[in-house]
Amino acid sequence: MKNLLTNSARALAVVAGVALAAPAALAAGDGPVVERQQWSFSGPFGQYDKQQLQRGFQVYKEVCASCHGLKYVAFRNLSEEGGPGFSEDEVKALAKEYFIVDGPDSEGEMFEREGKPFDLFPSPFANEQAARASNNGSYPPDLSLMAKARAVKRGFPLFVVDVFTQYQENGPDYLYGLLTGYHEAPEGVEVADGQYYNTGYVGGTALSMAPPLSEEIVEYTDGTPMTVDQYARDVSAFLMWTAEPKLDQRKSLGLGVMLFLVLFASLLYFTKRKIWRNVEH
Amino acid sequence: MAGHTKYVPQSAPAKWLESRLPVISLVRGSFVDFPTPKNLNYWWTFGGIAFFVLVTQIVTGIVLVMHYTPHETLAFASVEHIMRNVNYGWLIRYLHANGASMFFIAVYIHIFRGLYYGSYKAPREISWILGVLIFLIMMATAFMGYVLPWGQMSLWGATVITNLFSAIPIVGESVVQWLWGGFAVGNPTLNRFFSLHYLLPFVLVGIVILHIWAFHTTGNNNPTGVDVKSEKDTVPFHPYYTMKDLLAIVVFMIFFSWFVFYLPNYLGHADNYIEANPLVTPAHIVPEWYFLPFYAILRAITFDIGPIPSKLGGVLAMFGAIAVLFVLPWLDTSKVRSATFRPLYRIAFWFFGFTCVMLGWLGAMPAEQPYVALAQLFTVLYFAHFLIVLPLLGFIEKPKALPDSINDSVLGKPAADSTVGKSSEAAA
Amino acid sequence: MFREDATLEQTNTAEPTRRDFLYIATGAVGVVGTGALVWPFIHQMNPDASALALASIEVDVSAVEEGQSITVMWRGKPVFVRHRTDKEIAEATSVAIDDLPDRNARNANLPEDAQATDPNRSAEGKEPWLVMIGICTHLGCVPLGEAGDFGGWFCPCHGSHYDTAGRIRSGPAPENMLIPPFKFTDDETILIG
Repeated sequence: MKNLLTNSARALAVVAGVALAAPAALAAGDGPVVERQQWSFSGPFGQYDKQQLQRGFQVYKEVCASCHGLKYVAFRNLSEEGGPGFSEDEVKALAKEYFIVDGPDSEGEMFEREGKPFDLFPSPFANEQAARASNNGSYPPDLSLMAKARAVKRGFPLFVVDVFTQYQENGPDYLYGLLTGYHEAPEGVEVADGQYYNTGYVGGTALSMAPPLSEEIVEYTDGTPMTVDQYARDVSAFLMWTAEPKLDQRKSLGLGVMLFLVLFASLLYFTKRKIWRNVEH
Repeated sequence: MAGHTKYVPQSAPAKWLESRLPVISLVRGSFVDFPTPKNLNYWWTFGGIAFFVLVTQIVTGIVLVMHYTPHETLAFASVEHIMRNVNYGWLIRYLHANGASMFFIAVYIHIFRGLYYGSYKAPREISWILGVLIFLIMMATAFMGYVLPWGQMSLWGATVITNLFSAIPIVGESVVQWLWGGFAVGNPTLNRFFSLHYLLPFVLVGIVILHIWAFHTTGNNNPTGVDVKSEKDTVPFHPYYTMKDLLAIVVFMIFFSWFVFYLPNYLGHADNYIEANPLVTPAHIVPEWYFLPFYAILRAITFDIGPIPSKLGGVLAMFGAIAVLFVLPWLDTSKVRSATFRPLYRIAFWFFGFTCVMLGWLGAMPAEQPYVALAQLFTVLYFAHFLIVLPLLGFIEKPKALPDSINDSVLGKPAADSTVGKSSEAAA
Repeated sequence: MFREDATLEQTNTAEPTRRDFLYIATGAVGVVGTGALVWPFIHQMNPDASALALASIEVDVSAVEEGQSITVMWRGKPVFVRHRTDKEIAEATSVAIDDLPDRNARNANLPEDAQATDPNRSAEGKEPWLVMIGICTHLGCVPLGEAGDFGGWFCPCHGSHYDTAGRIRSGPAPENMLIPPFKFTDDETILIG
């Protein structure tokens, strides 16, 4: 045991040595600085805020959906456990607003029909080429997994701290930063035609997406402020849910597993001690 | 192995079985009655932990295959299907994805324990060499597994790593095309990687059995590095080490669960949630953390060495970094095993650990100055440890006095505070 | 220090019961944990959320004339939808229940003990319509329509004969062909499942 402790102490010393020897890593982050936001789903007990997901879906549907797809999400997901908590009837009604290409029918023709809860969200463009043709050559990416597909480098020592603070929200933080990052370009920064200056974009100083949000662009009915900041927050939370729909289940199961393992480990510890009590080792 | 048990079958069916297939006495001799040094510390539990993680990987992997589709147009979507639709699919996939990292964590600790206590030295060379082979195969398995979700990092990681073989003179290009089954990483590559990714873990289990067989033939090493002299030095494996290993495994499961339930994507790369696209390369191609030290060595060779071009030099250095481990038992000239009694080696050991951590960090940095120069420095230090320090230390180091036996070492604590020692030992 | 030793002493004297309890508790918790761990690995093989979502389908039967049938796919199985002729209905109605090998209606829309009369086999209030899972109850083959000794269905695998109400009449099959949960949502649409 003593040996273990001294060895561990040495290991820590090595890590500390790295910390001192590697200040350069601190500055190694590329891309924009992403500010950490408060999310209902962060931390070990975090869960999605259903009302926020519903508002976020509204923003997606009324603003983002004209260019961005959600191809891994099905309508039925919206009424499933751990999601925005729409009722099954609401989802059926919502699905009917969409047209789904199905077929072939008995004539061999493809046809359009009303959406059903089991259908996936149809993409706004038939294919990448059609999407580019309608968007000045840019391709609006599918948003299903966007909140997990973007991460900004944390650098040392933050990436170590993140393990203890369970920081897994860099995706929604990034999305929020991007949606609220549109500003006037400062003096001396050239922004090409069809590009928009943004301080939160990982791929450069400007991007092809025009600022999608503006005050009161989406009508909230529950009294939530209708600001760009609030819209950005809500839609980022919604996109975290589309990327990680099982987060609620994961964290609640995790708590049970952790408590069980700690109990079992304690019992094993005493059992092991009993067994070894008469052996010098 | 079976020779270590006094098992005599009592019942008629047991006698019948024993005379035909002595499997009960084999298991008893290996994992029940096997005499094990009584002074093994918790660093020794990582072998059992690594085996536990290997079994976890095989079980979760078999389950994932029930839902996964190895095809370039379907693989990514089938992984999302597992995450969204399959009952507990998210849990099983996160266990498997994080399990790969857990396997490497356990194995790296296991390797460094072997290095510290000289477990690679005679007569345990075969066990060590088989261990290095396990390490090599698990790296190949992990690499091919990372390709299967068919995200951007899968595709581009596969492209970069398979292109290493193009460094081979004359036949390099042909070898790479043979690996790909085409002119770029594509569907044939995905399918063969899937096949091998399924096969290799079972090969690993086989080699693990040989690995255990070898050190059960010689007997375990122990923290003093002194050979077992009498029965007083050992305890039967069961219940002493079964319970100790089980405790360690459950504690490790807490650590494992921390990642699976609360940080499931921490060890992965965000780009792998973007479907593979052969037209766009991600801004930074970074391998998984467990490959980073070797990746740093690969990139450190930026210059030609005589007739060897830098590309081939990097590949040779990278494979050399693992190959040197195979001959380690003959590079270390000291007769003393445990670093506890080797004051100079102990310093060299911790410095080597530091070198590996620095290489890991440099592997994650972009290929620019000052990182390249630092990577070159630490690559030299990595090889110097094996090729210069270890051979020389045996001649210049004066080891401390070794205890006569394991039992003496356990009892030989300063007499003055033996009660303190006892109660704190009991707490352990 | 002394206090700690005293505690150890006490533990040793109180040993037998405490130790037994500890071992039993540890073992029991281990068994519970293993059981809980096994469940996700079993449950993953059950139908997943996307399969369950497809559990009901709507079928347009406006084009199915008397004497015609269509086969639709429901939960990966063929479902026969037959618009029966008056002759077929008369044949099916004339059979006495006692002559049937399986006297149970096997109709998911009726109580489990409903008898295999023709009205109990056909759609409620629409006797010409027969909707049933087109799988032989012997070993799962798909029977051929308008065939066999009773003018209904005939399974080529092992020679089971079904009548015009889909009831087993001769051959190895033990049960009438199963009727899935379904209903007419309007005159032309059947909701299956």
